[in-house]
Amino acid sequence: MYPIVKKQRLAPEVLLLEVEASRIARKAEAGQFMILRVDDPGERIPLTLADWDRERGTITLIFQEVGVSTKKLGLLNEGEAISDCVGPLGHASEIGEYGTVVCIGGGVGIAPIYPVARAQRAAGNRVISIIGARNKNLLFWEDKLRAVSDEVLVTTDDGSYRRKGFVTDVLKQLVDGGEQVDIAYAIGPVVMMRAVSHLTMEYGIHTVVSLNPIMMDGTGMCGACRVTVDGETRFACVDGPEFDGHKVDFVGLMKRQQMYLGQEKEARERMGHCRAERDA
Amino acid sequence: MTKRIGEIPRQKMPEQSPEDRCKNFDEVPLGYTVELAQREASRCLQCKKPACRQGCPVEIDIPAFIRLIVEGDFVGSAQKLKETNNLPAVCGRVCPQEAQCEKFCILGKRFEPVAIGRLERFAADYERTHGEVNLPEIAVDTGKRVAVVGGGPSGLTLAADLAKMGHRATIFEGLHTPGGVLVYGIPEFRLPKAIVRAEVDFVRRLGVEIEANQVVGKTITVDELLETFDAVYIATGAGAPVFMNIEGENLNGIYSANEYLTRVNLMKAYRFPEMDTPVARSRKAVVIGGGNVAMDSARTARRLGAEVHLVYRRSRVEMPARDEEIHHAEEEGIEFQLLTNPIRYLGNEEGWVTGAECLRMELGQPDASGRRRPVPIEGSEFVIEVDTVIVAIGNQANPLVPASTPGLETNRWGNIVADEETGKTSRDGVFAGGDIVTGAATVIEAMGAAKRAARAIDRFLRGEGKKL
Ligand SMILES: Cc1cc2nc3c(=O)[nH]c(=O)nc-3n(C[C@H](O)[C@H](O)[C@H](O)COP(=O)(O)OP(=O)(O)OC[C@H]3O[C@@H](n4cnc5c(N)ncnc54)[C@H](O)[C@@H]3O)c2cc1C
Ligand SMILES: Cc1cc2nc3c(=O)[nH]c(=O)nc-3n(C[C@H](O)[C@H](O)[C@H](O)COP(=O)(O)OP(=O)(O)OC[C@H]3O[C@@H](n4cnc5c(N)ncnc54)[C@H](O)[C@@H]3O)c2cc1C
Ligand code: SF4
Ligand code: SF4
Ligand code: FES
Repeated sequence: MYPIVKKQRLAPEVLLLEVEASRIARKAEAGQFMILRVDDPGERIPLTLADWDRERGTITLIFQEVGVSTKKLGLLNEGEAISDCVGPLGHASEIGEYGTVVCIGGGVGIAPIYPVARAQRAAGNRVISIIGARNKNLLFWEDKLRAVSDEVLVTTDDGSYRRKGFVTDVLKQLVDGGEQVDIAYAIGPVVMMRAVSHLTMEYGIHTVVSLNPIMMDGTGMCGACRVTVDGETRFACVDGPEFDGHKVDFVGLMKRQQMYLGQEKEARERMGHCRAERDA
Repeated sequence: MTKRIGEIPRQKMPEQSPEDRCKNFDEVPLGYTVELAQREASRCLQCKKPACRQGCPVEIDIPAFIRLIVEGDFVGSAQKLKETNNLPAVCGRVCPQEAQCEKFCILGKRFEPVAIGRLERFAADYERTHGEVNLPEIAVDTGKRVAVVGGGPSGLTLAADLAKMGHRATIFEGLHTPGGVLVYGIPEFRLPKAIVRAEVDFVRRLGVEIEANQVVGKTITVDELLETFDAVYIATGAGAPVFMNIEGENLNGIYSANEYLTRVNLMKAYRFPEMDTPVARSRKAVVIGGGNVAMDSARTARRLGAEVHLVYRRSRVEMPARDEEIHHAEEEGIEFQLLTNPIRYLGNEEGWVTGAECLRMELGQPDASGRRRPVPIEGSEFVIEVDTVIVAIGNQANPLVPASTPGLETNRWGNIVADEETGKTSRDGVFAGGDIVTGAATVIEAMGAAKRAARAIDRFLRGEGKKL
């Protein structure tokens, strides 16, 4: 069992959990993820390592409550424990001396972009972070990103905070304004990663995205996480999760993410029903 | 003995009818009653030089355990089995006995061989369902520690044997539950998971520690293990799926057998939504392949309510699956499309598979495996309408451990190179066995390799090795 030592609500549907998992914390690197099973009937779901503390032996997970597994996870409180946590999985981000690195986080993708920005900065790069969300309430960790970036640009879709628009608009302005960008990282919803990749393709900026297909074991055993990159099938859990955004088949990824749409809805309804019964 | 040799026929084991069982996940063969078991056991000639034993990779004293059944000492019989086999209830169910112990049984020359596997199952089940499972003698603690990578049959056997020899074994298992293919691959209706759990508990009671959720190569490396353990045994199996790399293979509804079976067995998707993991609700499924894994996939899809077609590129005689499994699959209404091979998959707007385009094949000259090579018949394309495809054409070594262990030699298929008798690898203090060495094989062979490696590791730890 993996006890929860801290629980914090970051936004209406976004939660942070700090979990005791010393073996994962000891090895964690930017770009990696873990897989957890909330309880015994639970499915195995992947979450990116948003942060870790090797001394305390804890990892930090930030997730959006979208379906049964993430909602169940959100019901756990400090002092309670997650049944299974395994990791760190996937390759670490390639950290190098690039020059100027732009780190783009969209929505809950702000969390996983943080360790990437931190590591790229520590490697001596100039880091410009661009974060965006639908509205002001959904933004978080701006302060943490400021601490590891040379510059942080914030945008909201509806203009309720800082500027109005998408992260791609900010990136475009930045580059058109003469900023020499050597590499871009984009983590967030697939549509956002696709939009960023399209834009940077025009500008010829190498772009890394972190893919989030449905996974199960996370060790290359099942192939659930197949993605097409440069016309070839890759397993995101062991070959990724980071890939060259200019070569990813995003449309294929979006379709695969929808595979269990019907069952997911049914499970959510059932969960709502059970809770209503319990609360009654 | 007054009875005539071969007078009593081999006793059949009662099983669920095909009509009933294709609607549930309960075990198909129901097991011997005491009466049937004793009658079958009485067929054994108690050979002075039992030929059957050479067919058992874990060296069970077959006539001895059978005699105890005749004598009515069923618990004693189970204990006899456990002297050499830590997982008899599993082996009695899944060993391909016709190719192992029973193949050599002397009775088989003129009559049918003794049903050794069924008797093994009977004794082990009897012990488990009738109270206390006794522990065998355990040698004095040597204080030596061995790390076992992978909690499948090979790792479990090795750890149990070392524990009995007085060493401390810790299993590092990547998944959240130990058992390997026994829990994620082989379906409930062939091997109930409660039985695997009981056998794993037995191994634990011998003093073996099991740490789940530890992916060696990621969470911890072999070299790090060697800092605190005196030796390491790698038994990670042949867990990576093989796809055909044909057009449309990444469409929704197309699974590797590994994924499909793991969803249903390990994650219990057949009980969705009571269990959280979903699996496709198929109307018509096609399974590609002709081995045991293909049969398990087909029979699983059938139980989930699908009409199932099994597509295999050679003919029936070349099918690598056990006859018994093929027979069970046929009884359950699986349709066999032999001499057929998929060449691409068709899909709809939403990215779901709708059809498997196949070619008819004919058999040509024998290939390297000695089987006649299937050759496509030109212009024979046709489409099978489907909403689910399960690709069961084989498994290969997972590179996680070799890739993270410098100096560990592998062959060109990625299997770890290890000495057959000792399990020794190219790295000092590192041993390996089971599917990761041989490629996909059988439970009992993986266990046999572990038995031999356990002896070698014991010698190594007691000083014949370099390290002490
Ligand atoms: C490498 C990786 C890292 C991720 N990191 C984060 C993160 O840091 N924070 C975060 O909020 N989310 C992250 N996700 C997505 C997260 O795993 C899903 O939101 C979660 O699995 C949804 O499960 P659910 O039961 O709550 O929702 P469901 O209702 O089951 O599903 C909602 C959507 O989530 C996706 N999903 C469902 N099951 C899985 C699964 N087993 N594996 C992957 N995706 C699935 C599907 O696309 C589905 O449409 C990550 C995904 C991957 C692959
Ligand atoms: C569907 C199916 C049906 C089968 N039916 C039969 C049958 O009826 N009879 C028969 O004799 N054989 C059968 N087999 C074959 C048999 O199951 C295998 O030969 C046997 O399980 C091999 O044992 P093993 O211990 O070497 O590996 P496995 O059983 O594969 O166990 C390996 C274990 O190592 C773990 N692991 C892998 N990588 C790591 C890592 N990096 N770190 C930590 N842990 C790791 C895995 O999670 C797994 O638990 C079948 C196989 C399949 C797939
Ligand atoms: S373990 Fe397998 S091979 Fe050995 S006697 Fe039992 S059934 Fe036969
Ligand atoms: S060879 Fe057959 S008859 Fe002889 S001891 Fe073995 S099982 Fe019995
Ligand atoms: S999640 Fe199973 S292979 Fe990637």
